[in-house]
Amino acid sequence: MQLFTDPILNVIAWTLIKFAGFVLVFVMGLATVLTWTERKYSALIQNRPGPNRANIGNLRLGGLFHMLADPIKMLTKEDFSPDTPNPIMFRLAPIVAFIPALMVFAVIPFGPGDQMVIANTELGILFIFAISSLNVYGAVMGSWASNNKWSLMGGLRITAQMISYEVAIGLVLCGVFMIYGSVDLQQIVVAQGQTILGFLPAWGIFTQPLAFILYLACAIAENKRAPFDTAEAESELTAGWWTEYSSMNFAVLALSEFIEIVLIGCLGATLFLGGWHIPGVSGDTPLLVALQIGAFLLKAIFLVWLQMTIRWTLPRFRYDQVMRLGWRIMLPAALANLVLTGIALTLIDRR
Amino acid sequence: MAKLVNRIQPDLVQQSYVVEIAKGLAITSRAFVRNLFGKKDIVTVQYPEQKVPYAPRFRGKHLLTKRDDGQVRCVACMLCATACPANCITIVAAEHDDRGIEKYPTQFEIDLLKCIYCGFCEEACPCDAIRMDSGVHTLPSYTRRDQKTGKVDLLALAKLSTASQGGEFRATDHEGTAHGRSSHH
Repeated sequence: MQLFTDPILNVIAWTLIKFAGFVLVFVMGLATVLTWTERKYSALIQNRPGPNRANIGNLRLGGLFHMLADPIKMLTKEDFSPDTPNPIMFRLAPIVAFIPALMVFAVIPFGPGDQMVIANTELGILFIFAISSLNVYGAVMGSWASNNKWSLMGGLRITAQMISYEVAIGLVLCGVFMIYGSVDLQQIVVAQGQTILGFLPAWGIFTQPLAFILYLACAIAENKRAPFDTAEAESELTAGWWTEYSSMNFAVLALSEFIEIVLIGCLGATLFLGGWHIPGVSGDTPLLVALQIGAFLLKAIFLVWLQMTIRWTLPRFRYDQVMRLGWRIMLPAALANLVLTGIALTLIDRR
Repeated sequence: MAKLVNRIQPDLVQQSYVVEIAKGLAITSRAFVRNLFGKKDIVTVQYPEQKVPYAPRFRGKHLLTKRDDGQVRCVACMLCATACPANCITIVAAEHDDRGIEKYPTQFEIDLLKCIYCGFCEEACPCDAIRMDSGVHTLPSYTRRDQKTGKVDLLALAKLSTASQGGEFRATDHEGTAHGRSSHH
Protein backbone atom coordinates (compact mmCIF):
# COMPACT_ATOMS: atom_id res chain seq x y z
CA MET A 1 0.00 0.00 0.00
CA GLN A 2 1.32 3.46 -0.97
CA LEU A 3 1.13 6.16 1.66
CA PHE A 4 3.54 8.53 -0.10
CA THR A 5 4.60 8.78 -3.73
CA ASP A 6 8.25 9.00 -2.72
CA PRO A 7 9.34 5.35 -2.18
CA ILE A 8 11.80 6.21 0.60
CA LEU A 9 9.20 8.17 2.56
CA ASN A 10 6.80 5.31 2.02
CA VAL A 11 9.23 2.79 3.52
CA ILE A 12 9.93 5.05 6.48
CA ALA A 13 6.23 5.61 7.12
CA TRP A 14 5.40 1.90 7.00
CA THR A 15 8.36 1.04 9.22
CA LEU A 16 7.16 3.54 11.80
CA ILE A 17 3.62 2.18 11.63
CA LYS A 18 4.83 -1.40 12.09
CA PHE A 19 7.14 -0.27 14.89
CA ALA A 20 4.30 1.49 16.65
CA GLY A 21 1.92 -1.42 16.24
CA PHE A 22 4.22 -4.28 17.12
CA VAL A 23 6.85 -2.84 19.46
CA LEU A 24 5.08 0.06 21.16
CA VAL A 25 1.62 -1.44 21.47
CA PHE A 26 2.21 -5.19 21.73
CA VAL A 27 5.69 -5.52 23.24
CA MET A 28 5.72 -2.48 25.51
CA GLY A 29 2.07 -2.98 26.35
CA LEU A 30 2.60 -6.60 27.29
CA ALA A 31 5.74 -5.75 29.25
CA THR A 32 3.82 -3.13 31.21
CA VAL A 33 0.98 -5.50 31.94
CA LEU A 34 3.55 -8.10 33.00
CA THR A 35 4.72 -5.83 35.83
CA TRP A 36 1.29 -6.31 37.33
CA THR A 37 0.74 -9.87 36.12
CA GLU A 38 3.96 -11.09 37.70
CA ARG A 39 2.88 -9.92 41.14
CA LYS A 40 -0.73 -11.04 40.81
CA TYR A 41 0.16 -14.40 39.28
CA SER A 42 2.81 -15.19 41.87
CA ALA A 43 0.40 -14.16 44.61
CA LEU A 44 -2.36 -16.48 43.43
CA ILE A 45 0.14 -19.32 43.09
CA GLN A 46 1.23 -18.75 46.69
CA ASN A 47 -2.29 -18.39 48.17
CA ARG A 48 -2.06 -14.63 48.57
CA PRO A 49 -4.50 -12.05 47.19
CA GLY A 50 -1.70 -10.04 45.56
CA PRO A 51 -1.76 -6.33 44.73
CA ASN A 52 -5.29 -5.00 45.18
CA ARG A 53 -4.96 -1.53 46.68
CA ALA A 54 -4.52 0.82 43.74
CA ASN A 55 -7.91 2.17 42.75
CA ILE A 56 -9.69 4.92 40.89
CA GLY A 57 -12.75 5.82 42.89
CA ASN A 58 -14.19 2.48 43.96
CA LEU A 59 -12.87 0.71 40.87
CA ARG A 60 -10.10 -1.73 41.70
CA LEU A 61 -10.09 -4.35 38.93
CA GLY A 62 -7.97 -6.69 41.02
CA GLY A 63 -5.22 -4.11 41.39
CA LEU A 64 -4.80 -3.56 37.66
CA PHE A 65 -4.13 0.12 38.34
CA HIS A 66 -0.87 -0.82 40.04
CA MET A 67 0.76 -0.70 36.63
CA LEU A 68 -0.30 2.96 36.43
CA ALA A 69 0.61 3.69 40.03
CA ASP A 70 4.11 2.27 39.62
CA PRO A 71 5.36 4.75 37.00
CA ILE A 72 3.88 7.64 38.97
CA LYS A 73 5.70 6.43 42.05
CA MET A 74 8.93 5.83 40.12
CA LEU A 75 8.82 9.28 38.49
CA THR A 76 8.31 11.10 41.77
CA LYS A 77 10.97 9.21 43.72
CA GLU A 78 14.42 10.55 44.43
CA ASP A 79 16.78 9.73 41.60
CA PHE A 80 19.61 8.58 43.81
CA SER A 81 23.07 8.13 42.42
CA PRO A 82 25.94 6.69 44.41
CA ASP A 83 29.26 8.42 45.02
CA THR A 84 30.91 7.07 41.92
CA PRO A 85 33.87 8.12 39.78
CA ASN A 86 31.85 7.18 36.66
CA PRO A 87 28.59 9.13 36.87
CA ILE A 88 28.13 9.25 33.10
CA MET A 89 28.59 5.50 32.77
CA PHE A 90 26.15 5.02 35.64
CA ARG A 91 23.52 7.07 33.77
CA LEU A 92 24.19 5.38 30.44
CA ALA A 93 23.90 1.82 31.73
CA PRO A 94 20.08 1.60 31.86
CA ILE A 95 19.87 3.02 28.33
CA VAL A 96 22.45 0.55 27.03
CA ALA A 97 20.51 -2.27 28.67
CA PHE A 98 17.15 -1.05 27.40
CA ILE A 99 17.71 -0.20 23.73
CA PRO A 100 19.06 -3.59 22.52
CA ALA A 101 16.11 -5.29 24.18
CA LEU A 102 13.78 -3.27 21.94
CA MET A 103 15.97 -3.40 18.82
CA VAL A 104 15.79 -7.15 18.35
CA PHE A 105 12.08 -7.03 17.61
CA ALA A 106 12.98 -5.45 14.27
CA VAL A 107 13.60 -8.81 12.60
CA ILE A 108 10.84 -10.90 14.15
CA PRO A 109 8.13 -11.70 11.58
CA PHE A 110 4.72 -11.19 13.14
CA GLY A 111 2.67 -12.09 10.11
CA PRO A 112 2.83 -13.74 6.66
CA GLY A 113 4.61 -12.01 3.80
CA ASP A 114 7.75 -9.93 3.36
CA GLN A 115 6.11 -6.81 4.76
CA MET A 116 5.07 -8.30 8.10
CA VAL A 117 8.41 -7.66 9.73
CA ILE A 118 9.80 -4.28 10.72
CA ALA A 119 13.19 -4.70 9.03
CA ASN A 120 13.10 -7.20 6.20
CA THR A 121 16.73 -8.38 6.27
CA GLU A 122 18.24 -11.79 5.68
CA LEU A 123 20.31 -11.49 8.85
CA GLY A 124 17.45 -12.72 10.99
CA ILE A 125 18.68 -14.64 13.98
CA LEU A 126 22.27 -13.43 13.55
CA PHE A 127 21.04 -9.88 14.15
CA ILE A 128 19.22 -11.04 17.27
CA PHE A 129 22.34 -12.72 18.64
CA ALA A 130 24.49 -9.70 17.86
CA ILE A 131 22.16 -7.16 19.43
CA SER A 132 20.77 -9.09 22.39
CA SER A 133 24.30 -9.85 23.60
CA LEU A 134 24.90 -6.10 23.71
CA ASN A 135 22.53 -5.69 26.58
CA VAL A 136 24.99 -7.37 28.91
CA TYR A 137 27.19 -4.30 28.40
CA GLY A 138 24.54 -2.25 30.13
CA ALA A 139 24.67 -4.59 33.10
CA VAL A 140 28.47 -4.60 33.19
CA MET A 141 28.67 -0.81 32.89
CA GLY A 142 26.04 -0.35 35.57
CA SER A 143 27.66 -2.77 37.97
CA TRP A 144 31.12 -1.23 37.47
CA ALA A 145 29.91 2.37 37.69
CA SER A 146 27.85 1.69 40.81
CA ASN A 147 31.06 1.64 42.84
CA ASN A 148 29.59 -1.06 45.03
CA LYS A 149 30.92 -4.53 45.72
CA TRP A 150 27.54 -6.25 45.51
CA SER A 151 26.90 -4.65 42.15
CA LEU A 152 30.31 -5.67 40.89
CA MET A 153 29.77 -9.26 41.98
CA GLY A 154 26.45 -9.25 40.17
CA GLY A 155 28.13 -7.83 37.08
CA LEU A 156 30.80 -10.53 37.14
CA ARG A 157 28.15 -13.20 37.42
CA ILE A 158 26.14 -11.77 34.52
CA THR A 159 29.22 -11.75 32.33
CA ALA A 160 30.09 -15.35 33.11
CA GLN A 161 26.49 -16.49 32.80
CA MET A 162 25.89 -14.69 29.50
CA ILE A 163 29.04 -16.10 27.91
CA SER A 164 28.24 -19.65 29.05
CA TYR A 165 24.65 -19.67 27.88
CA GLU A 166 25.28 -17.66 24.73
CA VAL A 167 27.47 -20.53 23.51
CA ALA A 168 24.83 -23.11 24.34
CA ILE A 169 21.90 -21.17 22.87
CA GLY A 170 23.84 -20.55 19.64
CA LEU A 171 24.51 -24.26 19.22
CA VAL A 172 20.93 -25.16 20.11
CA LEU A 173 19.53 -22.88 17.43
CA CYS A 174 22.00 -24.26 14.87
CA GLY A 175 19.89 -27.41 14.89
CA VAL A 176 16.86 -25.34 13.88
CA PHE A 177 18.80 -23.71 11.03
CA MET A 178 19.92 -27.13 9.80
CA ILE A 179 16.34 -28.37 9.63
CA TYR A 180 14.89 -25.31 7.88
CA GLY A 181 18.00 -24.33 5.93
CA SER A 182 17.95 -20.62 6.66
CA VAL A 183 18.76 -18.00 9.29
CA ASP A 184 16.07 -15.69 7.92
CA LEU A 185 13.27 -15.91 10.46
CA GLN A 186 10.53 -15.37 7.87
CA GLN A 187 11.84 -18.30 5.80
CA ILE A 188 12.06 -20.47 8.91
CA VAL A 189 8.42 -19.72 9.64
CA VAL A 190 7.38 -20.43 6.05
CA ALA A 191 9.22 -23.76 6.18
CA GLN A 192 7.29 -24.64 9.34
CA GLY A 193 4.07 -24.51 7.33
CA GLN A 194 4.69 -28.00 5.92
CA THR A 195 3.60 -31.16 7.63
CA ILE A 196 5.66 -34.12 8.78
CA LEU A 197 4.38 -37.73 8.89
CA GLY A 198 1.26 -36.48 7.15
CA PHE A 199 -0.49 -34.85 10.09
CA LEU A 200 1.97 -33.09 12.41
CA PRO A 201 2.81 -29.48 11.52
CA ALA A 202 6.56 -29.16 10.93
CA TRP A 203 6.97 -26.84 13.89
CA GLY A 204 10.33 -26.59 15.61
CA ILE A 205 8.93 -28.11 18.78
CA PHE A 206 8.16 -31.34 16.88
CA THR A 207 11.26 -31.46 14.70
CA GLN A 208 13.60 -30.27 17.48
CA PRO A 209 11.98 -31.14 20.84
CA LEU A 210 15.28 -31.24 22.74
CA ALA A 211 16.29 -27.91 21.24
CA PHE A 212 13.05 -26.34 22.45
CA ILE A 213 13.69 -27.36 26.05
CA LEU A 214 17.32 -26.27 25.87
CA TYR A 215 16.32 -22.99 24.20
CA LEU A 216 13.84 -22.19 26.94
CA ALA A 217 16.33 -22.98 29.72
CA CYS A 218 19.18 -21.04 28.11
CA ALA A 219 16.96 -18.09 27.24
CA ILE A 220 15.68 -17.81 30.80
CA ALA A 221 19.28 -18.05 32.00
CA GLU A 222 20.29 -15.25 29.64
CA ASN A 223 17.45 -13.11 30.88
CA LYS A 224 18.91 -13.49 34.40
CA ARG A 225 15.56 -14.36 35.93
CA ALA A 226 14.87 -17.00 38.55
CA PRO A 227 15.75 -19.88 38.66
CA PHE A 228 18.92 -18.38 37.14
CA ASP A 229 18.84 -15.03 38.96
CA THR A 230 22.41 -15.23 40.27
CA ALA A 231 23.09 -11.70 39.01
CA GLU A 232 20.28 -10.19 41.02
CA ALA A 233 20.36 -12.66 43.91
CA GLU A 234 18.40 -10.77 46.55
CA SER A 235 19.40 -13.28 49.19
CA GLU A 236 23.13 -12.88 48.56
CA LEU A 237 23.82 -9.60 46.75
CA THR A 238 21.04 -7.27 47.97
CA ALA A 239 19.77 -6.63 44.45
CA GLY A 240 22.90 -7.57 42.55
CA TRP A 241 23.96 -5.28 39.79
CA TRP A 242 21.02 -2.90 40.07
CA THR A 243 21.38 -2.33 43.81
CA GLU A 244 22.20 1.36 43.35
CA TYR A 245 19.50 2.13 40.81
CA SER A 246 16.37 3.90 41.93
CA SER A 247 13.52 5.92 40.48
CA MET A 248 13.02 5.77 36.70
CA ASN A 249 16.46 4.25 36.13
CA PHE A 250 15.32 1.20 38.04
CA ALA A 251 12.00 1.19 36.21
CA VAL A 252 13.81 1.13 32.87
CA LEU A 253 15.95 -1.81 34.00
CA ALA A 254 12.95 -3.71 35.31
CA LEU A 255 11.03 -3.00 32.12
CA SER A 256 13.89 -4.19 29.92
CA GLU A 257 13.78 -7.47 31.82
CA PHE A 258 10.07 -7.82 31.04
CA ILE A 259 10.69 -6.86 27.41
CA GLU A 260 13.21 -9.67 27.22
CA ILE A 261 10.56 -12.07 28.50
CA VAL A 262 8.39 -10.98 25.59
CA LEU A 263 11.38 -11.35 23.26
CA ILE A 264 11.99 -14.91 24.41
CA GLY A 265 8.30 -15.58 23.86
CA CYS A 266 8.29 -14.07 20.36
CA LEU A 267 11.50 -15.77 19.29
CA GLY A 268 10.38 -19.10 20.73
CA ALA A 269 7.04 -18.80 18.94
CA THR A 270 8.86 -17.99 15.70
CA LEU A 271 11.39 -20.78 15.86
CA PHE A 272 9.51 -23.56 17.63
CA LEU A 273 5.77 -22.93 17.54
CA GLY A 274 5.38 -22.22 13.84
CA GLY A 275 5.33 -18.42 14.06
CA TRP A 276 2.13 -17.05 12.54
CA HIS A 277 0.96 -20.41 11.15
CA ILE A 278 -2.43 -21.75 12.12
CA PRO A 279 -2.33 -25.53 11.50
CA GLY A 280 -4.39 -26.66 8.54
CA VAL A 281 -5.19 -23.18 7.29
CA SER A 282 -3.64 -21.41 4.33
CA GLY A 283 -4.54 -18.47 2.11
CA ASP A 284 -3.99 -14.74 2.01
CA THR A 285 -7.28 -12.98 2.62
CA PRO A 286 -6.95 -9.93 4.92
CA LEU A 287 -9.07 -11.62 7.59
CA LEU A 288 -6.82 -14.67 7.60
CA VAL A 289 -3.72 -12.51 7.78
CA ALA A 290 -5.18 -10.74 10.80
CA LEU A 291 -5.98 -14.11 12.39
CA GLN A 292 -2.44 -15.31 11.72
CA ILE A 293 -0.97 -12.22 13.35
CA GLY A 294 -3.26 -12.93 16.29
CA ALA A 295 -2.09 -16.54 16.37
CA PHE A 296 1.53 -15.41 16.52
CA LEU A 297 0.82 -13.01 19.38
CA LEU A 298 -1.10 -15.74 21.24
CA LYS A 299 1.80 -18.18 20.88
CA ALA A 300 4.17 -15.52 22.17
CA ILE A 301 1.87 -14.87 25.13
CA PHE A 302 1.70 -18.61 25.81
CA LEU A 303 5.50 -18.76 26.06
CA VAL A 304 5.49 -15.69 28.29
CA TRP A 305 3.03 -17.47 30.57
CA LEU A 306 5.27 -20.55 30.55
CA GLN A 307 8.27 -18.45 31.62
CA MET A 308 6.24 -16.85 34.40
CA THR A 309 5.13 -20.24 35.69
CA ILE A 310 8.69 -21.59 35.58
CA ARG A 311 9.94 -18.53 37.42
CA TRP A 312 7.42 -19.01 40.24
CA THR A 313 7.76 -22.79 40.42
CA LEU A 314 11.43 -23.66 40.50
CA PRO A 315 13.83 -22.87 43.32
CA ARG A 316 16.81 -20.80 42.28
CA PHE A 317 20.21 -22.25 41.44
CA ARG A 318 23.40 -21.47 43.25
CA TYR A 319 25.97 -19.64 41.14
CA ASP A 320 28.28 -22.64 40.73
CA GLN A 321 25.28 -24.80 39.82
CA VAL A 322 24.33 -22.36 37.09
CA MET A 323 27.85 -22.54 35.68
CA ARG A 324 27.98 -26.32 35.93
CA LEU A 325 24.60 -26.65 34.24
CA GLY A 326 25.70 -24.32 31.48
CA TRP A 327 29.02 -25.95 30.60
CA ARG A 328 28.56 -29.57 31.62
CA ILE A 329 24.95 -30.20 30.63
CA MET A 330 23.59 -27.50 28.30
CA LEU A 331 26.63 -27.34 26.06
CA PRO A 332 27.07 -31.13 25.58
CA ALA A 333 23.31 -31.51 25.13
CA ALA A 334 23.31 -28.78 22.49
CA LEU A 335 26.23 -30.47 20.72
CA ALA A 336 24.49 -33.86 20.91
CA ASN A 337 21.36 -32.29 19.47
CA LEU A 338 23.45 -30.89 16.62
CA VAL A 339 25.05 -34.27 15.87
CA LEU A 340 21.73 -36.12 16.04
CA THR A 341 20.10 -33.57 13.74
CA GLY A 342 22.97 -33.96 11.29
CA ILE A 343 22.71 -37.76 11.29
CA ALA A 344 18.93 -37.63 10.91
CA LEU A 345 19.13 -35.16 8.03
CA THR A 346 21.76 -37.29 6.25
CA LEU A 347 19.65 -40.44 6.61
CA ILE A 348 16.55 -38.68 5.30
CA ASP A 349 18.49 -37.25 2.35
CA ARG A 350 19.92 -40.66 1.41
CA ARG A 351 16.56 -42.36 1.40
CA MET B 1 20.60 -46.75 67.20
CA ALA B 2 21.27 -44.94 64.02
CA LYS B 3 18.24 -44.11 61.99
CA LEU B 4 18.36 -45.32 58.44
CA VAL B 5 17.50 -42.59 55.97
CA ASN B 6 16.00 -43.76 52.74
CA ARG B 7 17.76 -41.76 50.10
CA ILE B 8 15.90 -41.48 46.84
CA GLN B 9 18.06 -42.52 43.93
CA PRO B 10 16.65 -40.54 41.00
CA ASP B 11 16.37 -42.51 37.81
CA LEU B 12 17.35 -41.10 34.44
CA VAL B 13 13.93 -39.57 33.78
CA GLN B 14 14.02 -37.79 37.14
CA GLN B 15 17.57 -36.64 36.61
CA SER B 16 16.69 -35.01 33.31
CA TYR B 17 14.26 -32.84 35.34
CA VAL B 18 12.00 -32.31 32.34
CA VAL B 19 9.16 -34.47 33.64
CA GLU B 20 9.68 -33.31 37.22
CA ILE B 21 9.58 -29.66 36.20
CA ALA B 22 6.39 -30.31 34.23
CA LYS B 23 4.88 -31.83 37.39
CA GLY B 24 5.94 -28.77 39.37
CA LEU B 25 4.40 -26.46 36.79
CA ALA B 26 1.18 -28.44 37.04
CA ILE B 27 1.10 -27.94 40.81
CA THR B 28 1.61 -24.18 40.64
CA SER B 29 -0.83 -23.83 37.75
CA ARG B 30 -3.44 -25.79 39.70
CA ALA B 31 -2.99 -23.49 42.69
CA PHE B 32 -3.34 -20.49 40.39
CA VAL B 33 -6.53 -21.73 38.72
CA ARG B 34 -8.04 -22.72 42.08
CA ASN B 35 -7.35 -19.32 43.61
CA LEU B 36 -8.59 -17.48 40.54
CA PHE B 37 -11.81 -19.36 39.81
CA GLY B 38 -12.51 -21.93 42.49
CA LYS B 39 -12.44 -22.01 46.26
CA LYS B 40 -9.88 -19.50 47.43
CA ASP B 41 -7.19 -20.78 49.78
CA ILE B 42 -5.96 -17.30 50.57
CA VAL B 43 -4.58 -17.21 54.09
CA THR B 44 -3.36 -13.63 54.39
CA VAL B 45 -5.27 -10.96 56.30
CA GLN B 46 -6.21 -7.62 54.74
CA TYR B 47 -4.71 -5.68 57.62
CA PRO B 48 -6.37 -2.35 58.15
CA GLU B 49 -9.82 -3.80 57.49
CA GLN B 50 -9.30 -7.18 59.17
CA LYS B 51 -7.35 -7.67 62.34
CA VAL B 52 -6.09 -10.71 64.14
CA PRO B 53 -6.86 -10.39 67.86
CA TYR B 54 -3.88 -10.04 70.15
CA ALA B 55 -3.04 -12.46 72.91
CA PRO B 56 -4.20 -11.35 76.36
CA ARG B 57 -0.58 -11.01 77.45
CA PHE B 58 0.28 -8.66 74.57
CA ARG B 59 2.54 -5.88 75.84
CA GLY B 60 1.47 -2.66 74.19
CA LYS B 61 2.04 0.98 74.96
CA HIS B 62 2.51 1.76 78.65
CA LEU B 63 -0.13 3.38 80.80
CA LEU B 64 -0.27 4.88 84.30
CA THR B 65 -3.24 3.77 86.37
CA LYS B 66 -5.27 6.11 88.61
CA ARG B 67 -6.51 5.96 92.15
CA ASP B 68 -10.24 5.97 92.79
CA ASP B 69 -10.12 9.73 93.24
CA GLY B 70 -8.39 10.17 89.85
CA GLN B 71 -4.88 10.84 91.16
CA VAL B 72 -1.92 9.05 89.68
CA ARG B 73 -1.30 5.78 91.50
CA CYS B 74 2.47 6.03 91.08
CA VAL B 75 4.42 6.93 94.22
CA ALA B 76 7.68 7.74 92.40
CA CYS B 77 9.59 4.93 94.09
CA MET B 78 11.92 4.63 91.04
CA LEU B 79 11.74 0.83 91.02
CA CYS B 80 10.60 0.75 87.40
CA ALA B 81 13.31 3.18 86.31
CA THR B 82 15.85 1.03 88.18
CA ALA B 83 14.58 -2.22 86.67
CA CYS B 84 14.45 -0.82 83.18
CA PRO B 85 17.25 -2.39 81.12
CA ALA B 86 16.91 0.27 78.44
CA ASN B 87 16.99 3.26 80.81
CA CYS B 88 14.01 4.80 79.10
CA ILE B 89 12.02 5.94 82.15
CA THR B 90 12.64 9.39 83.63
CA ILE B 91 10.81 10.27 86.86
CA VAL B 92 10.91 13.54 88.74
CA ALA B 93 9.45 13.07 92.22
CA ALA B 94 7.78 15.57 94.52
CA GLU B 95 6.37 15.40 98.04
CA HIS B 96 2.69 14.53 98.31
CA ASP B 97 0.35 16.38 100.67
CA ASP B 98 -1.02 13.10 101.98
CA ARG B 99 1.59 11.76 104.46
CA GLY B 100 0.37 8.23 103.73
CA ILE B 101 1.38 8.49 100.10
CA GLU B 102 4.59 10.48 100.65
CA LYS B 103 5.64 10.97 97.01
CA TYR B 104 4.21 11.37 93.54
CA PRO B 105 5.78 12.00 90.11
CA THR B 106 5.62 15.54 88.73
CA GLN B 107 7.13 14.22 85.53
CA PHE B 108 6.93 10.67 84.26
CA GLU B 109 8.48 10.29 80.87
CA ILE B 110 9.04 7.14 78.81
CA ASP B 111 11.15 7.35 75.69
CA LEU B 112 9.33 4.85 73.48
CA LEU B 113 12.21 4.72 71.02
CA LYS B 114 14.49 3.38 73.75
CA CYS B 115 11.90 1.06 75.27
CA ILE B 116 12.29 -2.61 74.40
CA TYR B 117 8.83 -3.60 75.69
CA CYS B 118 10.25 -6.21 78.07
CA GLY B 119 7.65 -5.56 80.78
CA PHE B 120 10.17 -5.40 83.66
CA CYS B 121 8.72 -2.05 84.75
CA GLU B 122 5.24 -3.46 85.38
CA GLU B 123 6.79 -6.45 87.17
CA ALA B 124 8.86 -4.15 89.38
CA CYS B 125 6.01 -1.81 90.25
CA PRO B 126 4.77 -2.38 93.84
CA CYS B 127 1.65 -0.25 93.35
CA ASP B 128 0.31 -1.64 90.08
CA ALA B 129 0.81 1.88 88.75
CA ILE B 130 2.57 1.18 85.45
CA ARG B 131 1.02 -1.39 83.20
CA MET B 132 1.41 -2.43 79.57
CA ASP B 133 -2.00 -3.94 78.94
CA SER B 134 -3.41 -1.12 76.85
CA GLY B 135 -3.40 -3.25 73.71
CA VAL B 136 -2.30 -0.16 71.80
CA HIS B 137 0.58 0.02 69.36
CA THR B 138 3.18 2.69 69.57
CA LEU B 139 2.41 4.95 66.62
CA PRO B 140 5.12 6.28 64.36
CA SER B 141 5.88 9.98 64.44
CA TYR B 142 7.82 12.51 62.45
CA THR B 143 10.24 13.51 65.21
CA ARG B 144 12.10 11.64 67.93
CA ARG B 145 10.79 14.20 70.41
CA ASP B 146 7.22 12.99 69.78
CA GLN B 147 8.12 9.51 70.98
CA LYS B 148 8.81 10.75 74.50
CA THR B 149 5.53 10.07 76.21
CA GLY B 150 4.70 12.14 79.31
CA LYS B 151 2.52 11.64 82.35
CA VAL B 152 -0.60 13.17 80.76
CA ASP B 153 -0.50 10.80 77.79
CA LEU B 154 0.18 7.78 79.97
CA LEU B 155 -2.70 8.63 82.28
CA ALA B 156 -5.01 9.12 79.32
CA LEU B 157 -4.53 5.47 78.41
CA ALA B 158 -5.52 4.31 81.90
CA LYS B 159 -9.08 3.52 80.89
CA LEU B 160 -7.80 0.91 78.40
CA SER B 161 -6.24 -1.19 81.16
CA THR B 162 -7.77 -4.56 81.93
CA ALA B 163 -7.81 -3.45 85.57
CA SER B 164 -10.28 -0.69 84.76
CA GLN B 165 -12.34 -3.05 82.59
CA GLY B 166 -12.97 -5.68 85.20
CA GLY B 167 -9.99 -7.81 84.27
CA GLU B 168 -11.20 -8.50 80.75
CA PHE B 169 -8.72 -7.91 77.97
CA ARG B 170 -10.05 -5.92 75.08
CA ALA B 171 -8.13 -5.85 71.84
CA THR B 172 -7.75 -2.42 70.38
CA ASP B 173 -6.63 -1.29 67.02
CA HIS B 174 -3.54 0.81 66.71
CA GLU B 175 -5.48 4.09 66.84
CA GLY B 176 -6.21 3.27 70.44
CA THR B 177 -9.98 2.89 70.30
CA ALA B 178 -11.14 -0.09 72.30
CA HIS B 179 -13.60 -2.58 70.95
CA GLY B 180 -14.79 -5.88 72.35
CA ARG B 181 -13.18 -9.16 71.42
CA SER B 182 -16.27 -11.28 71.01
CA SER B 183 -14.60 -13.94 68.86
CA HIS B 184 -12.77 -15.47 71.83
CA HIS B 185 -15.71 -15.62 74.22
